[in-house]
Amino acid sequence: MKQLLSTFFCFAVLITASAQSEKYAGAMQKNFGALASAKSPAEMLDVSNAFERIANAEKNQWLPFYYASLTKVWYAFMLNDPKQYDQVADQCDSLVAKAENLEKSNSEISLLKAMIATLRMVVDPMSRYMQYGTMLNKFIEESKQLDPSNPRPYMWQAQNVSKTPTQFGGGCENAKPIFEKSLELFKTFKPKSPMYPDWGKEQTEKAYQECK
Amino acid sequence: MKFLFLFFSLVIITGISKGQTLITGIITDAKKQPVFGASLTIKDSYDGATADSAGRFLFKAYDKGRQLLIVTSVGYKTVEMPVELTGSGELKLAIQMKQEITEMSAVVITAGSFEASDRKRVAAVLTSIDILTTASANADVTGALKTLPGAQQVGESEGLFVRGGTAAETKTFIDGTLVNNFFYTSVPGIATRGRFSPSIFKGTVFSTGGYSALYGQALSSALILESVDLPEQSSATLNLSVISAGAGLQHLSKNKKSSWGFNYDYSNLSAAFAVLKQRQDYSKAPGGHNFDANFRIKTSANGMLKYYGYYTSNGLAFTSNSLDSAGYLDKFSMKNNNMYHNLSWKENLKNKWKMSAGVSFSTNHDTIGFGMQNQQKKDVLLNGLQYKTFQLDNKGLYLNARIVLEKKFRSLSALRFGTEYNYSDDKSIYTVYNGLKYNSRFVTNNYALFAEQDVYITNNLAAKFGARAEYAAWLEKFNVAPRVSLAYKLGKQSQVSLAYGIFYQNPEMKYLPAVNSMKFMKAEHYIAQYQKTTSLTTFRAEVFYKKYAQLIKTTNVNGRELAANNNGFGDASGFEFFWRDKKNIKNLDYWISYSYLDTKRDFLNFPYAITPNFAAHHTASVVAKKFVTSLKTNFNISYNYSSGRPYYNIQYDTDNKSFFADKGNVTDYHNVSFALNFLPDIGKKNAKSFAVYVLSISNIFNIKQVYGYSYSTNGKNKQELVAPSRMFIFIGAFISFGVDRSEDAINNNL
Repeated sequence: MKQLLSTFFCFAVLITASAQSEKYAGAMQKNFGALASAKSPAEMLDVSNAFERIANAEKNQWLPFYYASLTKVWYAFMLNDPKQYDQVADQCDSLVAKAENLEKSNSEISLLKAMIATLRMVVDPMSRYMQYGTMLNKFIEESKQLDPSNPRPYMWQAQNVSKTPTQFGGGCENAKPIFEKSLELFKTFKPKSPMYPDWGKEQTEKAYQECK
Repeated sequence: MKFLFLFFSLVIITGISKGQTLITGIITDAKKQPVFGASLTIKDSYDGATADSAGRFLFKAYDKGRQLLIVTSVGYKTVEMPVELTGSGELKLAIQMKQEITEMSAVVITAGSFEASDRKRVAAVLTSIDILTTASANADVTGALKTLPGAQQVGESEGLFVRGGTAAETKTFIDGTLVNNFFYTSVPGIATRGRFSPSIFKGTVFSTGGYSALYGQALSSALILESVDLPEQSSATLNLSVISAGAGLQHLSKNKKSSWGFNYDYSNLSAAFAVLKQRQDYSKAPGGHNFDANFRIKTSANGMLKYYGYYTSNGLAFTSNSLDSAGYLDKFSMKNNNMYHNLSWKENLKNKWKMSAGVSFSTNHDTIGFGMQNQQKKDVLLNGLQYKTFQLDNKGLYLNARIVLEKKFRSLSALRFGTEYNYSDDKSIYTVYNGLKYNSRFVTNNYALFAEQDVYITNNLAAKFGARAEYAAWLEKFNVAPRVSLAYKLGKQSQVSLAYGIFYQNPEMKYLPAVNSMKFMKAEHYIAQYQKTTSLTTFRAEVFYKKYAQLIKTTNVNGRELAANNNGFGDASGFEFFWRDKKNIKNLDYWISYSYLDTKRDFLNFPYAITPNFAAHHTASVVAKKFVTSLKTNFNISYNYSSGRPYYNIQYDTDNKSFFADKGNVTDYHNVSFALNFLPDIGKKNAKSFAVYVLSISNIFNIKQVYGYSYSTNGKNKQELVAPSRMFIFIGAFISFGVDRSEDAINNNL
């Protein structure tokens, strides 16, 4: 009985706040749909802008800022033109900073920062590895530490290792165990809320297969 | 496409329900070009859209009444426009966006300067690692810069000879303040190295002319060095080579806001000289002690307080066959103690003000002995050649201070101004063979005020206007020097830059005391440059004209060259090319530079205007680097060429007028150097230490390099001036502990 009551109470509280959040959830869901079908950089940019609009209107939700930044990173990689990466990375940085203001010490945000560092590094790996390679590894480790059950830092690390020459401790041989660790975590990973980040399983499987 | 768009909007219109306004339109820039990817938002709502590649957009807005539409796009100023939403029908908009001047898109003024830095977004031509790994550089800062256009391949004395200028016309600045003894004490006929390790610098700007009003007292060139910030991690280092041994420690505090460190090195070239025969016969091989220390404190988010200082003590002594008297030897000995301290502070203040201040203090003590010996290495005084035996005891004390304030305005424009103070006190005791001493002392006080304004007119056009005023109290002379540079972007990757400036410099100390009152020496620079860069290639072409006036002329006073007047003059013109490519040949990084120089000057004791002995018409360098991953080895090769320089023997006739007792041109100069770095610990997981083994060979083909001639006093005997040994081989190991240095190595080679 007590349990039922408290559930009911929670429900009531939820309803009072729902007019706004229903609209928020709806808009977010719509964007997740658009994201799933985004195939071109233009579509990805559109999705990112849409997340940013929600973020700016809501002001107190970290997730739309996070997704706006994440989809901008993907947009940059889809452009496949390193000359533009710095400019996009600047925008990603400002978005992720806003997400972090609202949600401190989140593993997903640390990983996103690692992804932005990667973006900057690939512009000129020769002269940027020292700065952004170090930063990249730092954020991956931070992400693992903040949530040991998060498969994504392992995924990002594995992908980076697989693309690093064997002589530098990279290559598929070294990446494989990290891929496997990531896939194992994907099996058990439960997003903390319906909109919580839950992406990357398919990409990891694909990259793992390519490495095999 | 247009039809599709129409169709699409129809669908939306028909799909529109009550209470919604359809907003459509097009976004263009000032040139009527569509702004792809611009984001539109009704403020505080989810409603908005992204402009397509034709700049078109359409979306439904659910809010009603007067709302604010916000349009943003990278590189453009944000547009905020009020819109009246009626809740029905279609609102058509034509939006124009204005370009914003940003660091990313704006043109960079590059005329006359080469930048080597790890900072992004600057027109960096080299990185600091490039300086360490250029084969012919032997890990010497100026060695690497000699592979860039503008600098001469002068091997008989140290320094950078830029565009027809002497080495004294290039000044070096560390963290803003002047460095008085950048090189080890001069040794006749040998180029000494710089006292500073390239690894303590993160940024290098090598200006071959037309440099900023923030710097002065250099007629030709400014070398502006910026020291490193906090280290990434704590570490200990050990190095061992055929010429030196050393150890060091760097400690980074737990909160990563401060660090301290020190290094000690002992060098001794006797082992190397035992194997590589030297032209000179050393009774004391070059060597000495070097101790340096540093601390760095982060004073705020952007503030940094840095200290670097060293103490070095070194010396050498050698004899060589005398040209004045067959069977006898000329003796040279040198002892040097040098101390340097540099403290600098940078801070961001309120309202986009920035402050950088620095002070450096140094002392230098040289004890130099000249003399003659017989074959048994006993000192002798030969009749008529007694003057060749003397001792020089030079003590110098130098203080330099500088403060610069900078205010940033909108769209990158900035104003910088500040002041500089330089103090020097040089004491010298000249002891002749019979024990007679001559004392001299020179104290100089120099003051400067400077201001510089950066103006970004558009993303494509930028200008820098500067002026510098100097007062040399000891000369009682005052000067004002204007500097202007411009840059215009021709396309996404190409730009042209122009620079003009007037530069003043005090007469060189070594020609003082002057016979008459002296003025500043003066140079005027005109530079035009074309540059085309992609992220992995750089091409540069530069033409210049330089006019010298008021150069000092010297006269012979009892065998000493002393400044007589400022009647010297000269000019220099030329063109230069630079090409760097990290892209077109797989896994190979190379650069090529070429300089053509045409210069004549009448200064010092020259009888009339001539091409000076430190200026070659053609200079070229090729530097290539390749990392072979499977061998974990980095291979570096470089080739330096210079056409034969003129040489002169200038003597005085009975009327004390100078004339050429001999002159000519030396043969062309060729130098092929090779270096390899072996990094066995790369990629080793959890390696406790990281080692780099270095082998470098300069002048690998043992080609004879003649720099000029040295003469007997009477001019009757001459001898080729060549490097102390044709080839030099360096083998060394550098090991660091506690830190995985793989990243540095990968950074270097990926």
